[in-house]
Amino acid sequence: MKKVKADPKGVLTGAHYLDGDHALAEGALAAGCRFFAGYPITPSTETAERFAERIPKVGGVFIQMEDELASIAALIGAAWGGKKVMTVTSGPGFSLMMENIGLACMLETPLVIANVQRGGPSTGLPTLTGQQDMMQVKWGSHGDYEIIALSPDSPQECFDLCIEAFNLSEIYRVPSFVMTDECVGHMHEKVVIPPAEEIELVERKWYKGPKDKYLPFKPDEDMIPFMVKVGDGYHFHVTGLTHDERGYPVINAECQNVCVPHLVDKINMNADKIIKLEEDETDNAEIIVISYGITSRVTTRAVRKARKAGIKVGTIRLITVWPFPEKRIKELAKKIKAFVVPEINYGQVVYEVERCAFGQAPAIRVPHCGGWVHDPEDIFKAIKEASK
Amino acid sequence: MKEEDRREGKNPIENLLRMDRIPHIWCPGCGIGVVVTSFAEALRKSEIDLDKTAIISGIGCTGRVAGYVKLDSIHTTHGRAVPVATGLKLANPELKVVVFSGDGDIAGIGGNHFIHAARRNMDLVIICVNNFNYAMTGGQVAATTPISANASTAPFGNFEYPFNLPYLAEASGATYVARWTALHLRRVTKSVQEALGRRGFSFIEVITPCVTLYARRNRLGDGLNLLKYYYEKSEIQHGADTKTLDISYQGKLIVGKFVDKDKPTFLDCMNEHLGKVLGDKYEPYGGNHD
Amino acid sequence: MTEIRFSGFGGQGIIRCGLIAGKALSLFDNKQATMTQSFGPEARGSACSSQLVVSDDRVLYPYISAPEILVSMSQEAYDKYEPELREDGLLLIDKDLVKPKPPRGKIKSYSIPSTRFAEELGNRIIANLVMLGFFTAITRVVSPEAMKKALPGLVPERFLELNKKAFDKGYEYGKKILAEEKKPKTSKQKVKK
Repeated sequence: MKKVKADPKGVLTGAHYLDGDHALAEGALAAGCRFFAGYPITPSTETAERFAERIPKVGGVFIQMEDELASIAALIGAAWGGKKVMTVTSGPGFSLMMENIGLACMLETPLVIANVQRGGPSTGLPTLTGQQDMMQVKWGSHGDYEIIALSPDSPQECFDLCIEAFNLSEIYRVPSFVMTDECVGHMHEKVVIPPAEEIELVERKWYKGPKDKYLPFKPDEDMIPFMVKVGDGYHFHVTGLTHDERGYPVINAECQNVCVPHLVDKINMNADKIIKLEEDETDNAEIIVISYGITSRVTTRAVRKARKAGIKVGTIRLITVWPFPEKRIKELAKKIKAFVVPEINYGQVVYEVERCAFGQAPAIRVPHCGGWVHDPEDIFKAIKEASK
Repeated sequence: MKEEDRREGKNPIENLLRMDRIPHIWCPGCGIGVVVTSFAEALRKSEIDLDKTAIISGIGCTGRVAGYVKLDSIHTTHGRAVPVATGLKLANPELKVVVFSGDGDIAGIGGNHFIHAARRNMDLVIICVNNFNYAMTGGQVAATTPISANASTAPFGNFEYPFNLPYLAEASGATYVARWTALHLRRVTKSVQEALGRRGFSFIEVITPCVTLYARRNRLGDGLNLLKYYYEKSEIQHGADTKTLDISYQGKLIVGKFVDKDKPTFLDCMNEHLGKVLGDKYEPYGGNHD
Repeated sequence: MTEIRFSGFGGQGIIRCGLIAGKALSLFDNKQATMTQSFGPEARGSACSSQLVVSDDRVLYPYISAPEILVSMSQEAYDKYEPELREDGLLLIDKDLVKPKPPRGKIKSYSIPSTRFAEELGNRIIANLVMLGFFTAITRVVSPEAMKKALPGLVPERFLELNKKAFDKGYEYGKKILAEEKKPKTSKQKVKK
């Protein structure tokens, strides 16, 4: 993994008062993103607008495509053309992208998608918050694959995690997602953008060997294949069909059972390196509240109240939601009374917690179908109930 | 042709194909291979930098072309070859990007992408093999199936109006539009050469028999006869008004080069416009900076 | 922690008010300020609002629930948002555009002809800046220096001086009102933290 410093051209060093959507664009530009293709959709449009405004001044391209199908397709083309690429969307657009998210996974293409989540299903609540695409991001395209998904809790983290998403997508040659939501996306707060030399980026894993020996899908020691870009003279082929290391289609069970496990294993076997959590007082906790994104901030209020009431509560904030911190949850499940999982949906990640807890501790959901963040009181009540 | 190739009796276009993937999947008598040959011949003749030429396909019988041509090649999803090509072209404007796909892919499921890329005069070469049906899936009715022609999902004959692709392309903004049948080998080659040599959205439709499904179901004959059938039904009318190019069942096929005009491409417009409005703040965009 | 709502009708620069105050507090007054606003066609109606949660520490709950301060620049916004104002809150209104109901609880009410002042300065579009100056003087939540520092980038550059002038106008008017207040004790009322 070759580390490089950010190009100062894209880095708007200083303190700013930005909303999460704009911070995403700044994070991407700082990470070296020079190609954006997107389609307007509330509540993510501000990111596209910021790109349209900023990218012509840093030597990149912005294009508003005809729909989200085209946006993600253009990203795949541009990534293979050598660019760092990003798009942003929300629920309905995210659904449209699913087909080519699968292609991006199959072609092991580094790209970043931000989903500023709103209430669903269907058109749902265009202008109001939700965290209802958390399972879709992992399972939404057909077939078996893995992705990386991060969840920022503030405009500052939209900036920080967008850079992280770019780095992870390059390291693992995988689509990476910033799963934010309307609340964070539209919320203005202070965002500090560091000087370029303090922003560490990962360079794409370029192949440098002989031209006729390049194999686009041959895993290296770290499981990740090398990449080349179109125009470098390798005359390579990649396909969304089940393929061998050469990228040639091979339509049989044998090839499928090499091709697909690789897509899953390269993420799962590196999960410890990828996962970032924020734990607080989990060591002696009886109850652990697991949350992510804006919900974790709201949760803190409830947890403070519960602690005042004498309940031993710990918290885990999932900065990385996928891959899931399976090991850690398993470990903690043995020691605690219950997990409490508030999220702005009718129950999604809570079932992953339940799976990992493996019957050792119940996972109690605190559902909220979107439109607003939780009332901290509801989370407090769930903690209190769980501690009985 | 290199001397050693001549000694081995190699076809001159073999260097342009992934011979390790031959035999291909197409049916005997299928016209797609013929179009690929004409295309490869154009690549050879045009002397463009093959390292800087890429081919993108979608899904379907013609969608497999990207897998057989020895260029940087991406076999994408159904209908999405054009937007993938758009992204690739914009990432590196030095590249010549060719989309090689079928009528179902380009005009059916990918129709929206097609018209928008044409509208932008995106600098792409689109080669559309039109065989009047969805062949890979077994001969279903398509957006190009002539009225009254039979298809597996139009078992009593098609009653929907089909697209006139050259008209659609021109109306959407394409700056080069041609149509041939597969057996117009040299004409196809020449059109591809012209398209590779120009800038802007170029569209070449090639009418091609689907021996196994469309032709059999419609009792149009087989193999070489069928290639000849289309060829013989055709009439060259260069510069014909694209409005007049509807294809009727077993009717006359008007072919030729209909449109060839200069117009600034997407990137020309972007650079010119942003340069004018933003002045020094604009960094002219011209490709990879590495 | 202080919760503030700016309200009025679309086009008055209500969102801008939240942005300017939020930026001033966050970047120049060493506070943490989270600004949210209403979006979409449902929000575009006649009552428009932006909300600020201000705190010395991190803002955990991003929305306001019962604001201490309500700024209303239109009757409809006032009618819509006044009921949620705390019993001990501060109400700031445009004198000519809002007819307040009889006082409720311990709410202290201040008014300024912000739109009229703005017109006198040459453009009614800067009424929001007059109101912000007034807001700064009356509430003391944010320093006038920070507010002025926050303006570049949030108002058109060629109107920066005019905006500052509008701010000063409102600020001085607010100071004057406070000085004239008969009960000096309540005039120094600072918003409860």
